[in-house]
Amino acid sequence: MIEIKNVTKAYDKAVVVDGVTLQIPAGGITSIIGPNGAGKSTLLSMISRLLPMNGGQVLVDGLDVTTTAGDVLARRLSILRQDNHIGSRLTVRDLVTFGRYPYSKGRPTVEDLKHVRMALQYLNLESMSERFLDELSGGQRQRAFVAMVLCQDTDYVLMDEPLNNLDMKHAVAMMKILRRAADELHKTIVLVLHDVNFASCYSDYIVAMKDGKIACHGSPYDIINANVMCNVYEIDVAVQDIDGKRIAIYYT
Amino acid sequence: MSLDTFLSSSSTTTKRPRRLTFSRPAKRLFFLGLLVAGVITLFMTLNSRGNWDFVIPFRGTKILALVLVSYAVAVSTVLFQTVSGNRILAPSIMGFDALYVLIQTVLVFALGAHAASTLNPQLRFVMEVAIMVLFAGLLYRWLFGGTRRSLHLLLLVGIIFGVLFRSTAGMMQRLIDPNEFAVLQDMLFASFNSFDRNLLWVSAALIVGGSVVLWRIGHTFDILALGRETAVNLGLNFQRTVTIILIVIAIFVSVSTALVGPVTFFGLLVANLAYQVAGTYKHRWILPFAVGLSILFLVGGQMVVESLFSFNTSLSIVVEFLGGIVFIVLLIRGVGR
Ligand SMILES: Nc1ncnc2c1ncn2[C@@H]1O[C@H](COP(=O)(O)OP(=O)(O)OP(=O)(O)O)[C@@H](O)[C@H]1O
Ligand SMILES: [Mg+2]
Repeated sequence: MIEIKNVTKAYDKAVVVDGVTLQIPAGGITSIIGPNGAGKSTLLSMISRLLPMNGGQVLVDGLDVTTTAGDVLARRLSILRQDNHIGSRLTVRDLVTFGRYPYSKGRPTVEDLKHVRMALQYLNLESMSERFLDELSGGQRQRAFVAMVLCQDTDYVLMDEPLNNLDMKHAVAMMKILRRAADELHKTIVLVLHDVNFASCYSDYIVAMKDGKIACHGSPYDIINANVMCNVYEIDVAVQDIDGKRIAIYYT
Repeated sequence: MSLDTFLSSSSTTTKRPRRLTFSRPAKRLFFLGLLVAGVITLFMTLNSRGNWDFVIPFRGTKILALVLVSYAVAVSTVLFQTVSGNRILAPSIMGFDALYVLIQTVLVFALGAHAASTLNPQLRFVMEVAIMVLFAGLLYRWLFGGTRRSLHLLLLVGIIFGVLFRSTAGMMQRLIDPNEFAVLQDMLFASFNSFDRNLLWVSAALIVGGSVVLWRIGHTFDILALGRETAVNLGLNFQRTVTIILIVIAIFVSVSTALVGPVTFFGLLVANLAYQVAGTYKHRWILPFAVGLSILFLVGGQMVVESLFSFNTSLSIVVEFLGGIVFIVLLIRGVGR
Protein backbone atom coordinates (compact mmCIF):
# COMPACT_ATOMS: atom_id res chain seq x y z
CA MET A 1 0.00 0.00 0.00
CA ILE A 2 1.12 3.55 -0.73
CA GLU A 3 0.14 5.97 2.00
CA ILE A 4 0.30 9.64 1.10
CA LYS A 5 -0.05 11.83 4.15
CA ASN A 6 -0.66 15.54 3.84
CA VAL A 7 1.92 15.94 1.09
CA THR A 8 2.61 19.49 -0.03
CA LYS A 9 4.80 21.02 -2.71
CA ALA A 10 5.26 24.73 -3.33
CA TYR A 11 7.45 26.66 -5.77
CA ASP A 12 8.14 29.97 -4.07
CA LYS A 13 4.64 30.94 -3.01
CA ALA A 14 2.74 28.90 -5.60
CA VAL A 15 1.36 25.76 -3.97
CA VAL A 16 1.11 23.09 -6.68
CA VAL A 17 0.30 20.09 -4.48
CA ASP A 18 -1.74 21.12 -1.52
CA GLY A 19 -1.95 18.79 1.46
CA VAL A 20 -2.83 15.63 -0.44
CA THR A 21 -3.79 12.65 1.69
CA LEU A 22 -4.54 9.39 -0.10
CA GLN A 23 -4.16 5.67 0.28
CA ILE A 24 -3.45 3.64 -2.80
CA PRO A 25 -4.30 0.01 -2.10
CA ALA A 26 -1.81 -2.73 -2.98
CA GLY A 27 -2.64 -4.66 -6.13
CA GLY A 28 -4.66 -3.29 -9.01
CA ILE A 29 -4.58 -0.22 -11.19
CA THR A 30 -5.16 3.25 -9.83
CA SER A 31 -5.52 6.04 -12.38
CA ILE A 32 -4.97 9.69 -11.65
CA ILE A 33 -6.85 12.04 -13.95
CA GLY A 34 -7.19 15.80 -14.03
CA PRO A 35 -6.52 18.86 -16.16
CA ASN A 36 -3.08 20.15 -17.16
CA GLY A 37 -1.24 21.68 -14.26
CA ALA A 38 -3.35 19.93 -11.64
CA GLY A 39 -0.22 18.58 -9.95
CA LYS A 40 -0.40 14.95 -11.09
CA SER A 41 3.21 14.69 -12.22
CA THR A 42 4.41 16.58 -9.18
CA LEU A 43 2.59 14.17 -6.88
CA LEU A 44 3.99 11.15 -8.71
CA SER A 45 7.52 12.58 -8.55
CA MET A 46 7.23 13.04 -4.80
CA ILE A 47 5.89 9.52 -4.28
CA SER A 48 8.90 8.20 -6.18
CA ARG A 49 11.39 10.47 -4.27
CA LEU A 50 12.49 12.26 -7.44
CA LEU A 51 11.28 15.53 -6.00
CA PRO A 52 11.65 16.61 -2.38
CA MET A 53 8.39 17.59 -0.70
CA ASN A 54 7.82 20.68 1.38
CA GLY A 55 5.67 18.84 3.88
CA GLY A 56 4.03 15.51 4.53
CA GLN A 57 5.15 11.93 4.18
CA VAL A 58 4.89 9.07 1.72
CA LEU A 59 5.09 5.46 2.85
CA VAL A 60 5.46 2.57 0.42
CA ASP A 61 4.83 -0.73 2.21
CA GLY A 62 5.55 1.23 5.37
CA LEU A 63 8.92 2.54 4.09
CA ASP A 64 9.30 6.30 4.18
CA VAL A 65 10.49 7.22 0.69
CA THR A 66 12.65 10.13 1.82
CA THR A 67 14.66 8.13 4.35
CA THR A 68 14.77 4.62 2.88
CA ALA A 69 17.99 3.72 1.05
CA GLY A 70 17.68 4.41 -2.66
CA ASP A 71 18.65 0.94 -3.82
CA VAL A 72 16.17 -0.75 -1.48
CA LEU A 73 13.38 1.39 -2.86
CA ALA A 74 14.52 0.83 -6.45
CA ARG A 75 13.72 -2.86 -6.09
CA ARG A 76 10.25 -2.05 -4.85
CA LEU A 77 9.09 0.96 -6.79
CA SER A 78 9.79 2.23 -10.30
CA ILE A 79 8.62 5.26 -12.21
CA LEU A 80 8.15 6.18 -15.83
CA ARG A 81 8.30 9.93 -16.20
CA GLN A 82 6.19 12.11 -18.45
CA ASP A 83 9.09 13.17 -20.62
CA ASN A 84 12.20 11.13 -20.91
CA HIS A 85 15.33 12.54 -22.36
CA ILE A 86 18.62 10.72 -22.33
CA GLY A 87 21.87 12.45 -23.17
CA SER A 88 23.87 9.36 -24.11
CA ARG A 89 23.35 7.67 -27.43
CA LEU A 90 21.84 4.34 -26.35
CA THR A 91 20.29 1.44 -28.16
CA VAL A 92 16.92 0.13 -27.06
CA ARG A 93 18.57 -2.94 -25.55
CA ASP A 94 21.06 -0.82 -23.60
CA LEU A 95 18.24 1.25 -22.17
CA VAL A 96 16.17 -1.74 -21.16
CA THR A 97 19.23 -3.40 -19.61
CA PHE A 98 19.62 -0.36 -17.33
CA GLY A 99 16.28 -1.39 -15.82
CA ARG A 100 18.16 -4.29 -14.19
CA TYR A 101 20.71 -2.04 -12.50
CA PRO A 102 19.08 -2.25 -9.05
CA TYR A 103 19.79 -6.00 -9.14
CA SER A 104 22.88 -6.27 -11.34
CA LYS A 105 24.80 -3.13 -10.33
CA GLY A 106 26.13 -2.94 -13.86
CA ARG A 107 27.03 -6.63 -14.25
CA PRO A 108 23.93 -8.23 -15.73
CA THR A 109 23.64 -11.94 -15.02
CA VAL A 110 22.01 -14.50 -17.30
CA GLU A 111 18.89 -14.00 -15.22
CA ASP A 112 18.97 -10.25 -15.84
CA LEU A 113 19.44 -10.71 -19.56
CA LYS A 114 16.43 -13.02 -19.59
CA HIS A 115 14.34 -10.25 -18.07
CA VAL A 116 15.62 -7.86 -20.72
CA ARG A 117 14.72 -10.24 -23.52
CA MET A 118 11.26 -10.81 -22.12
CA ALA A 119 10.54 -7.12 -21.67
CA LEU A 120 11.65 -6.40 -25.25
CA GLN A 121 9.50 -9.22 -26.52
CA TYR A 122 6.54 -8.10 -24.54
CA LEU A 123 6.56 -4.57 -25.87
CA ASN A 124 7.14 -5.75 -29.38
CA LEU A 125 10.58 -4.20 -29.57
CA GLU A 126 12.70 -7.17 -30.55
CA SER A 127 13.07 -6.11 -34.17
CA MET A 128 14.42 -2.72 -33.13
CA SER A 129 16.43 -3.70 -30.07
CA GLU A 130 19.76 -2.69 -31.65
CA ARG A 131 18.53 0.66 -32.91
CA PHE A 132 19.44 3.93 -31.28
CA LEU A 133 16.76 5.71 -29.27
CA ASP A 134 17.14 8.93 -31.22
CA GLU A 135 16.37 7.04 -34.41
CA LEU A 136 12.95 5.81 -33.24
CA SER A 137 9.50 7.28 -33.57
CA GLY A 138 7.94 8.85 -30.49
CA GLY A 139 5.73 5.85 -29.80
CA GLN A 140 8.54 3.34 -30.28
CA ARG A 141 10.69 5.30 -27.86
CA GLN A 142 7.87 5.45 -25.34
CA ARG A 143 7.59 1.66 -25.51
CA ALA A 144 11.32 1.34 -24.94
CA PHE A 145 11.05 3.39 -21.73
CA VAL A 146 8.08 1.33 -20.59
CA ALA A 147 10.11 -1.83 -21.25
CA MET A 148 12.89 -0.45 -19.06
CA VAL A 149 10.46 0.17 -16.20
CA LEU A 150 8.89 -3.30 -16.55
CA CYS A 151 12.37 -4.78 -16.56
CA GLN A 152 12.93 -3.26 -13.14
CA ASP A 153 10.28 -5.73 -12.01
CA THR A 154 9.06 -3.86 -8.93
CA ASP A 155 5.88 -4.41 -6.94
CA TYR A 156 4.91 -0.77 -7.37
CA VAL A 157 4.96 0.76 -10.82
CA LEU A 158 4.19 4.44 -11.32
CA MET A 159 3.67 5.69 -14.86
CA ASP A 160 3.14 9.27 -15.90
CA GLU A 161 1.14 9.20 -19.11
CA PRO A 162 2.31 5.81 -20.39
CA LEU A 163 0.05 6.15 -23.43
CA ASN A 164 1.93 9.24 -24.65
CA ASN A 165 2.50 9.00 -28.40
CA LEU A 166 0.98 5.53 -28.72
CA ASP A 167 -1.42 4.64 -31.52
CA MET A 168 -4.78 2.95 -30.79
CA LYS A 169 -3.41 -0.54 -31.16
CA HIS A 170 -0.40 0.00 -28.94
CA ALA A 171 -2.38 1.98 -26.38
CA VAL A 172 -4.82 -0.90 -25.95
CA ALA A 173 -1.97 -3.41 -25.90
CA MET A 174 -0.21 -1.37 -23.21
CA MET A 175 -3.30 -1.18 -21.01
CA LYS A 176 -3.79 -4.93 -21.39
CA ILE A 177 -0.22 -5.61 -20.36
CA LEU A 178 -0.68 -3.43 -17.30
CA ARG A 179 -4.01 -5.06 -16.47
CA ARG A 180 -2.45 -8.52 -16.62
CA ALA A 181 0.52 -7.42 -14.53
CA ALA A 182 -1.93 -6.20 -11.90
CA ASP A 183 -4.15 -9.29 -12.02
CA GLU A 184 -1.58 -12.06 -12.34
CA LEU A 185 1.47 -10.61 -10.62
CA HIS A 186 -0.47 -8.55 -8.10
CA LYS A 187 1.50 -5.48 -8.99
CA THR A 188 0.33 -2.11 -7.80
CA ILE A 189 0.13 0.18 -10.79
CA VAL A 190 -0.46 3.91 -10.58
CA LEU A 191 -1.07 5.70 -13.87
CA VAL A 192 -1.58 9.27 -14.89
CA LEU A 193 -3.99 9.16 -17.82
CA HIS A 194 -5.51 11.88 -19.93
CA ASP A 195 -7.91 9.59 -21.73
CA VAL A 196 -10.63 9.18 -19.12
CA ASN A 197 -12.15 6.33 -21.09
CA PHE A 198 -9.01 4.22 -20.75
CA ALA A 199 -9.07 5.07 -17.06
CA SER A 200 -12.71 4.02 -16.93
CA CYS A 201 -12.21 0.71 -18.74
CA TYR A 202 -9.00 -0.52 -17.10
CA SER A 203 -8.75 0.93 -13.58
CA ASP A 204 -9.92 -0.42 -10.27
CA TYR A 205 -9.77 2.99 -8.74
CA ILE A 206 -9.71 6.55 -10.07
CA VAL A 207 -8.38 9.66 -8.40
CA ALA A 208 -9.36 13.01 -9.89
CA MET A 209 -7.06 15.94 -9.13
CA LYS A 210 -7.64 19.62 -9.62
CA ASP A 211 -5.62 22.65 -8.51
CA GLY A 212 -3.21 20.58 -6.43
CA LYS A 213 -5.95 18.87 -4.47
CA ILE A 214 -7.86 15.64 -4.77
CA ALA A 215 -11.23 16.54 -6.21
CA CYS A 216 -12.67 13.09 -5.64
CA HIS A 217 -11.76 9.43 -5.77
CA GLY A 218 -13.56 6.16 -6.07
CA SER A 219 -14.43 3.38 -8.49
CA PRO A 220 -14.67 4.22 -12.21
CA TYR A 221 -18.41 3.94 -11.85
CA ASP A 222 -18.48 6.69 -9.24
CA ILE A 223 -16.03 9.04 -10.88
CA ILE A 224 -16.89 8.89 -14.55
CA ASN A 225 -20.16 10.74 -14.57
CA ALA A 226 -21.30 13.99 -16.09
CA ASN A 227 -21.25 15.89 -12.83
CA VAL A 228 -17.75 15.01 -11.72
CA MET A 229 -16.29 15.41 -15.22
CA CYS A 230 -17.84 18.83 -15.56
CA ASN A 231 -16.48 19.79 -12.16
CA VAL A 232 -12.94 18.62 -12.82
CA TYR A 233 -12.50 19.62 -16.45
CA GLU A 234 -14.94 22.50 -16.68
CA ILE A 235 -16.46 21.35 -19.96
CA ASP A 236 -19.70 19.58 -20.77
CA VAL A 237 -19.27 15.84 -20.85
CA ALA A 238 -21.94 13.28 -21.72
CA VAL A 239 -21.43 9.88 -20.11
CA GLN A 240 -22.97 6.72 -21.53
CA ASP A 241 -22.93 3.11 -20.46
CA ILE A 242 -21.52 0.99 -23.27
CA ASP A 243 -21.01 -2.74 -22.70
CA GLY A 244 -21.06 -2.15 -18.97
CA LYS A 245 -18.32 0.50 -19.10
CA ARG A 246 -18.78 4.18 -18.52
CA ILE A 247 -17.70 6.12 -21.58
CA ALA A 248 -17.34 9.88 -21.62
CA ILE A 249 -18.17 11.68 -24.82
CA TYR A 250 -16.61 15.10 -24.94
CA TYR A 251 -15.47 15.67 -28.50
CA THR A 252 -18.06 18.17 -29.55
CA MET B 1 5.41 -15.49 -9.80
CA SER B 2 7.99 -13.13 -11.24
CA LEU B 3 8.00 -11.09 -14.39
CA ASP B 4 9.81 -13.63 -16.50
CA THR B 5 7.49 -16.53 -15.83
CA PHE B 6 4.64 -14.17 -16.45
CA LEU B 7 6.14 -13.07 -19.72
CA SER B 8 7.17 -16.48 -20.92
CA SER B 9 3.68 -17.78 -20.37
CA SER B 10 2.51 -15.43 -23.08
CA SER B 11 5.12 -15.94 -25.76
CA THR B 12 7.81 -18.39 -26.62
CA THR B 13 11.40 -17.40 -26.39
CA THR B 14 13.31 -17.17 -29.62
CA LYS B 15 17.03 -17.87 -29.56
CA ARG B 16 19.15 -15.14 -30.97
CA PRO B 17 22.89 -15.29 -31.58
CA ARG B 18 24.96 -13.58 -28.91
CA ARG B 19 26.31 -10.28 -30.05
CA LEU B 20 30.01 -9.50 -29.80
CA THR B 21 29.30 -6.02 -28.54
CA PHE B 22 32.77 -4.98 -27.53
CA SER B 23 34.88 -6.21 -30.36
CA ARG B 24 35.10 -2.87 -32.13
CA PRO B 25 36.09 -0.61 -29.22
CA ALA B 26 38.43 -3.31 -27.94
CA LYS B 27 40.28 -3.49 -31.23
CA ARG B 28 40.57 0.26 -31.43
CA LEU B 29 41.74 0.48 -27.85
CA PHE B 30 44.43 -2.11 -28.55
CA PHE B 31 45.58 -0.06 -31.53
CA LEU B 32 45.60 3.11 -29.44
CA GLY B 33 47.64 1.26 -26.80
CA LEU B 34 50.22 0.35 -29.43
CA LEU B 35 50.45 3.98 -30.54
CA VAL B 36 50.92 5.14 -26.96
CA ALA B 37 53.64 2.54 -26.34
CA GLY B 38 55.30 3.62 -29.59
CA VAL B 39 55.32 7.30 -28.79
CA ILE B 40 56.66 6.68 -25.28
CA THR B 41 59.47 4.49 -26.62
CA LEU B 42 60.31 7.12 -29.20
CA PHE B 43 60.33 9.84 -26.56
CA MET B 44 62.72 7.84 -24.38
CA THR B 45 65.16 6.92 -27.14
CA LEU B 46 65.19 9.75 -29.66
CA ASN B 47 68.57 11.54 -29.89
CA SER B 48 69.76 9.89 -26.70
CA ARG B 49 73.31 9.48 -28.05
CA GLY B 50 73.92 6.63 -25.66
CA ASN B 51 73.90 8.72 -22.47
CA TRP B 52 71.57 6.28 -20.80
CA ASP B 53 72.58 7.11 -17.25
CA PHE B 54 71.37 10.61 -17.76
CA VAL B 55 68.59 10.08 -20.26
CA ILE B 56 66.60 7.37 -18.50
CA PRO B 57 65.98 9.12 -15.18
CA PHE B 58 65.65 12.52 -16.81
CA ARG B 59 63.21 11.56 -19.51
CA GLY B 60 61.58 8.95 -17.29
CA THR B 61 60.46 11.54 -14.78
CA LYS B 62 59.29 13.72 -17.64
CA ILE B 63 57.21 10.86 -19.04
CA LEU B 64 55.81 10.17 -15.59
CA ALA B 65 54.74 13.80 -15.23
CA LEU B 66 53.18 13.85 -18.69
CA VAL B 67 51.33 10.60 -18.05
CA LEU B 68 50.03 11.80 -14.68
CA VAL B 69 48.80 15.05 -16.21
CA SER B 70 47.25 13.24 -19.18
CA TYR B 71 45.44 10.84 -16.91
CA ALA B 72 44.25 13.54 -14.52
CA VAL B 73 42.97 15.82 -17.26
CA ALA B 74 41.27 13.06 -19.27
CA VAL B 75 39.53 11.31 -16.38
CA SER B 76 38.45 14.52 -14.65
CA THR B 77 37.00 15.95 -17.85
CA VAL B 78 35.07 12.83 -18.86
CA LEU B 79 33.59 12.41 -15.38
CA PHE B 80 32.84 16.09 -15.06
CA GLN B 81 30.88 15.93 -18.28
CA THR B 82 29.00 12.90 -17.00
CA VAL B 83 28.10 14.64 -13.76
CA SER B 84 27.08 17.89 -15.43
CA GLY B 85 25.24 16.14 -18.26
CA ASN B 86 26.85 17.70 -21.32
CA ARG B 87 29.91 17.51 -23.55
CA ILE B 88 30.83 21.19 -23.61
CA LEU B 89 31.99 21.73 -20.05
CA ALA B 90 35.23 20.76 -18.40
CA PRO B 91 36.48 21.37 -14.84
CA SER B 92 38.80 24.09 -16.09
CA ILE B 93 35.97 25.91 -17.86
CA MET B 94 34.06 25.90 -14.58
CA GLY B 95 37.01 27.54 -12.81
CA PHE B 96 38.51 24.53 -10.96
CA ASP B 97 42.11 25.30 -11.88
CA ALA B 98 41.65 29.02 -11.27
CA LEU B 99 40.46 28.10 -7.78
CA TYR B 100 43.60 26.05 -7.25
CA VAL B 101 45.86 28.92 -8.33
CA LEU B 102 43.95 31.19 -5.94
CA ILE B 103 44.54 28.73 -3.10
CA GLN B 104 48.26 28.61 -3.90
CA THR B 105 48.41 32.40 -3.83
CA VAL B 106 46.41 32.78 -0.64
CA LEU B 107 48.66 30.27 1.08
CA VAL B 108 51.82 32.21 0.21
CA PHE B 109 50.07 35.41 1.14
CA ALA B 110 48.96 34.07 4.51
CA LEU B 111 52.15 32.27 5.49
CA GLY B 112 54.49 34.87 4.06
CA ALA B 113 56.91 33.99 1.31
CA HIS B 114 59.69 32.97 3.65
CA ALA B 115 57.61 30.43 5.49
CA ALA B 116 56.09 29.21 2.24
CA SER B 117 59.47 28.65 0.65
CA THR B 118 60.94 26.84 3.65
CA LEU B 119 57.86 24.68 4.08
CA ASN B 120 58.31 21.19 2.73
CA PRO B 121 56.91 21.43 -0.84
CA GLN B 122 55.16 18.06 -0.60
CA LEU B 123 53.46 19.09 2.61
CA ARG B 124 52.43 22.40 1.13
CA PHE B 125 51.02 20.61 -1.89
CA VAL B 126 48.96 18.26 0.26
CA MET B 127 47.65 21.24 2.21
CA GLU B 128 46.64 22.96 -0.99
CA VAL B 129 44.88 19.85 -2.25
CA ALA B 130 42.99 19.50 1.03
CA ILE B 131 41.77 23.10 0.88
CA MET B 132 40.90 22.64 -2.77
CA VAL B 133 38.81 19.54 -2.02
CA LEU B 134 36.97 21.39 0.72
CA PHE B 135 36.11 24.45 -1.34
CA ALA B 136 35.51 22.77 -4.68
CA GLY B 137 33.42 20.14 -2.87
CA LEU B 138 31.19 22.77 -1.30
CA LEU B 139 30.93 25.05 -4.31
CA TYR B 140 30.39 22.53 -7.05
CA ARG B 141 28.25 20.17 -5.06
CA TRP B 142 25.81 23.01 -4.67
CA LEU B 143 25.82 23.44 -8.45
CA PHE B 144 25.58 19.81 -9.49
CA GLY B 145 24.11 17.90 -6.56
CA GLY B 146 20.47 18.74 -7.19
CA THR B 147 18.38 18.88 -10.31
CA ARG B 148 20.27 19.42 -13.51
CA ARG B 149 20.85 23.06 -14.35
CA SER B 150 20.80 24.59 -17.78
CA LEU B 151 24.00 24.70 -19.75
CA HIS B 152 23.72 28.46 -20.16
CA LEU B 153 23.60 29.00 -16.45
CA LEU B 154 26.57 26.66 -15.89
CA LEU B 155 28.69 28.36 -18.55
CA LEU B 156 27.89 31.74 -17.07
CA VAL B 157 28.68 30.61 -13.52
CA GLY B 158 31.90 29.04 -14.79
CA ILE B 159 33.01 32.27 -16.44
CA ILE B 160 32.15 34.28 -13.35
CA PHE B 161 33.97 31.84 -11.03
CA GLY B 162 36.99 31.82 -13.35
CA VAL B 163 37.24 35.59 -13.56
CA LEU B 164 36.60 35.99 -9.85
CA PHE B 165 39.26 33.48 -8.79
CA ARG B 166 41.81 34.69 -11.32
CA SER B 167 41.41 38.37 -10.54
CA THR B 168 41.46 37.80 -6.79
CA ALA B 169 44.65 35.78 -7.19
CA GLY B 170 46.09 38.49 -9.45
CA MET B 171 45.32 41.19 -6.94
CA MET B 172 46.96 39.29 -4.09
CA GLN B 173 50.01 38.60 -6.22
CA ARG B 174 50.38 42.34 -6.70
CA LEU B 175 50.05 42.99 -2.99
CA ILE B 176 52.92 40.66 -2.17
CA ASP B 177 56.37 42.17 -1.68
CA PRO B 178 58.17 41.97 -5.08
CA ASN B 179 61.05 40.06 -3.52
CA GLU B 180 58.73 37.53 -2.05
CA PHE B 181 56.78 37.28 -5.27
CA ALA B 182 59.70 35.39 -6.80
CA VAL B 183 58.83 32.46 -4.52
CA LEU B 184 55.26 32.40 -5.75
CA GLN B 185 56.35 32.78 -9.33
CA ASP B 186 58.24 29.52 -9.15
CA MET B 187 55.07 27.80 -8.10
CA LEU B 188 52.71 29.51 -10.50
CA PHE B 189 54.77 29.22 -13.61
CA ALA B 190 54.98 25.50 -13.69
CA SER B 191 54.72 24.37 -17.30
CA PHE B 192 55.32 21.37 -19.48
CA ASN B 193 58.92 22.46 -19.95
CA SER B 194 59.61 23.11 -16.30
CA PHE B 195 57.30 20.99 -14.20
CA ASP B 196 57.73 20.65 -10.48
CA ARG B 197 59.79 17.48 -9.92
CA ASN B 198 59.38 17.67 -6.16
CA LEU B 199 55.72 16.89 -6.41
CA LEU B 200 55.93 13.94 -8.74
CA TRP B 201 55.61 11.12 -6.21
CA VAL B 202 52.98 12.80 -4.08
CA SER B 203 51.03 13.43 -7.28
CA ALA B 204 51.33 9.82 -8.31
CA ALA B 205 50.07 8.72 -4.89
CA LEU B 206 47.10 11.09 -5.07
CA ILE B 207 46.22 9.89 -8.56
CA VAL B 208 46.37 6.25 -7.50
CA GLY B 209 44.27 6.97 -4.41
CA GLY B 210 41.65 8.84 -6.42
CA SER B 211 41.57 6.07 -9.01
CA VAL B 212 40.92 3.41 -6.36
CA VAL B 213 37.92 5.42 -5.17
CA LEU B 214 36.68 5.81 -8.74
CA TRP B 215 37.17 2.11 -9.45
CA ARG B 216 34.91 1.22 -6.56
CA ILE B 217 32.05 3.40 -7.79
CA GLY B 218 32.76 2.77 -11.47
CA HIS B 219 29.45 1.00 -12.06
CA THR B 220 27.55 4.22 -11.32
CA PHE B 221 29.08 6.29 -14.14
CA ASP B 222 26.86 5.00 -16.93
CA ILE B 223 23.82 5.41 -14.69
CA LEU B 224 24.76 8.99 -13.81
CA ALA B 225 24.92 9.78 -17.52
CA LEU B 226 21.21 8.94 -17.77
CA GLY B 227 20.36 12.02 -15.73
CA ARG B 228 19.42 12.56 -12.12
CA GLU B 229 15.82 11.32 -12.24
CA THR B 230 16.58 8.06 -14.01
CA ALA B 231 19.58 7.48 -11.76
CA VAL B 232 17.51 8.00 -8.61
CA ASN B 233 14.79 5.72 -9.98
CA LEU B 234 17.44 3.04 -10.43
CA GLY B 235 18.44 3.42 -6.80
CA LEU B 236 21.56 5.56 -7.02
CA ASN B 237 22.36 7.86 -4.11
CA PHE B 238 22.81 10.70 -6.55
CA GLN B 239 24.02 13.43 -4.22
CA ARG B 240 26.60 11.22 -2.54
CA THR B 241 27.95 9.76 -5.77
CA VAL B 242 28.25 13.20 -7.37
CA THR B 243 30.03 14.55 -4.29
CA ILE B 244 32.59 11.73 -4.34
CA ILE B 245 33.26 12.27 -8.03
CA LEU B 246 33.62 16.03 -7.60
CA ILE B 247 36.13 15.49 -4.80
CA VAL B 248 38.24 13.20 -6.97
CA ILE B 249 38.00 15.72 -9.81
CA ALA B 250 39.23 18.45 -7.44
CA ILE B 251 42.23 16.28 -6.52
CA PHE B 252 43.04 15.48 -10.14
CA VAL B 253 42.80 19.12 -11.22
CA SER B 254 45.07 20.12 -8.32
CA VAL B 255 47.63 17.55 -9.42
CA SER B 256 47.70 18.64 -13.04
CA THR B 257 47.70 22.35 -12.17
CA ALA B 258 50.49 21.95 -9.62
CA LEU B 259 52.62 19.97 -12.07
CA VAL B 260 52.24 21.94 -15.29
CA GLY B 261 49.95 24.90 -14.59
CA PRO B 262 46.39 25.48 -15.79
CA VAL B 263 45.27 23.57 -18.89
CA THR B 264 41.90 24.88 -20.01
CA PHE B 265 40.68 23.29 -23.21
CA PHE B 266 42.81 20.20 -23.61
CA GLY B 267 40.45 17.99 -21.59
CA LEU B 268 37.60 18.94 -23.86
CA LEU B 269 39.60 17.86 -26.88
CA VAL B 270 40.41 14.37 -25.58
CA ALA B 271 37.01 13.72 -24.01
CA ASN B 272 35.11 14.53 -27.18
CA LEU B 273 37.59 12.68 -29.33
CA ALA B 274 37.27 9.65 -27.03
CA TYR B 275 33.51 9.55 -27.58
CA GLN B 276 34.03 9.81 -31.33
CA VAL B 277 36.71 7.15 -31.56
CA ALA B 278 35.27 4.67 -29.07
CA GLY B 279 31.80 4.75 -30.60
CA THR B 280 30.13 3.74 -27.34
CA TYR B 281 28.76 5.60 -24.35
CA LYS B 282 30.13 3.11 -21.80
CA HIS B 283 32.62 4.63 -19.39
CA ARG B 284 34.60 1.44 -19.14
CA TRP B 285 35.65 2.21 -22.72
CA ILE B 286 35.47 5.99 -22.83
CA LEU B 287 37.83 6.48 -19.88
CA PRO B 288 40.73 4.38 -21.22
CA PHE B 289 40.28 5.89 -24.67
CA ALA B 290 40.42 9.42 -23.24
CA VAL B 291 43.53 8.60 -21.19
CA GLY B 292 45.25 6.96 -24.16
CA LEU B 293 44.51 9.86 -26.49
CA SER B 294 45.63 12.30 -23.85
CA ILE B 295 49.00 10.57 -23.38
CA LEU B 296 49.43 10.30 -27.12
CA PHE B 297 48.88 14.04 -27.59
CA LEU B 298 50.93 15.27 -24.67
CA VAL B 299 53.94 13.00 -25.12
CA GLY B 300 53.84 13.33 -28.90
CA GLY B 301 53.33 17.07 -28.62
CA GLN B 302 56.18 17.49 -26.15
CA MET B 303 58.46 15.58 -28.50
CA VAL B 304 57.53 17.84 -31.39
CA VAL B 305 57.98 20.96 -29.26
CA GLU B 306 61.40 19.82 -28.07
CA SER B 307 62.80 18.70 -31.39
CA LEU B 308 61.13 21.02 -33.89
CA PHE B 309 60.81 24.23 -31.93
CA SER B 310 63.70 23.42 -29.56
CA PHE B 311 61.64 24.51 -26.53
CA ASN B 312 60.87 27.88 -28.05
CA THR B 313 57.18 27.29 -27.88
CA SER B 314 55.24 25.75 -25.07
CA LEU B 315 53.27 22.55 -25.40
CA SER B 316 50.38 24.16 -23.58
CA ILE B 317 50.03 26.74 -26.34
CA VAL B 318 49.73 23.97 -28.92
CA VAL B 319 47.24 21.79 -27.04
CA GLU B 320 45.22 24.78 -25.88
CA PHE B 321 45.00 26.03 -29.43
CA LEU B 322 43.60 22.69 -30.62
CA GLY B 323 41.32 22.34 -27.59
CA GLY B 324 40.06 25.90 -28.01
CA ILE B 325 39.06 25.17 -31.58
CA VAL B 326 37.13 22.10 -30.40
CA PHE B 327 35.39 24.21 -27.76
CA ILE B 328 34.30 26.79 -30.33
CA VAL B 329 33.09 24.08 -32.73
CA LEU B 330 31.09 22.46 -29.92
CA LEU B 331 29.52 25.76 -28.94
CA ILE B 332 28.53 26.55 -32.51
CA ARG B 333 27.13 23.07 -33.06
CA GLY B 334 25.30 23.20 -29.72
CA VAL B 335 23.70 26.52 -30.60
CA GLY B 336 22.65 25.18 -33.99
CA ARG B 337 20.87 22.21 -32.45
N1 LIG C 1 9.95 23.50 -11.59
C1 LIG C 1 8.80 24.17 -11.44
N2 LIG C 1 8.82 25.45 -11.03
C2 LIG C 1 7.67 26.15 -10.88
N3 LIG C 1 6.46 25.63 -11.09
C3 LIG C 1 6.37 24.36 -11.50
C4 LIG C 1 7.54 23.56 -11.69
N4 LIG C 1 7.16 22.33 -12.09
C5 LIG C 1 5.82 22.36 -12.17
N5 LIG C 1 5.34 23.57 -11.82
C6 LIG C 1 3.93 23.96 -11.76
O1 LIG C 1 3.25 23.03 -10.96
C7 LIG C 1 1.93 22.81 -11.44
C8 LIG C 1 1.69 21.32 -11.52
O2 LIG C 1 2.53 20.74 -12.49
P1 LIG C 1 2.44 19.21 -12.89
O3 LIG C 1 3.53 18.94 -13.85
O4 LIG C 1 2.38 18.41 -11.66
O5 LIG C 1 1.04 19.18 -13.62
P2 LIG C 1 0.31 17.92 -14.27
O6 LIG C 1 -0.94 17.70 -13.52
O7 LIG C 1 1.22 16.78 -14.42
O8 LIG C 1 -0.04 18.53 -15.71
P3 LIG C 1 0.00 17.83 -17.15
O9 LIG C 1 -1.28 17.14 -17.33
O10 LIG C 1 0.09 19.00 -18.08
O11 LIG C 1 1.18 16.94 -17.21
C9 LIG C 1 1.84 23.52 -12.77
O12 LIG C 1 1.06 24.67 -12.60
C10 LIG C 1 3.26 23.88 -13.10
O13 LIG C 1 3.30 25.11 -13.77
MG1 LIG D 1 2.16 15.86 -15.94
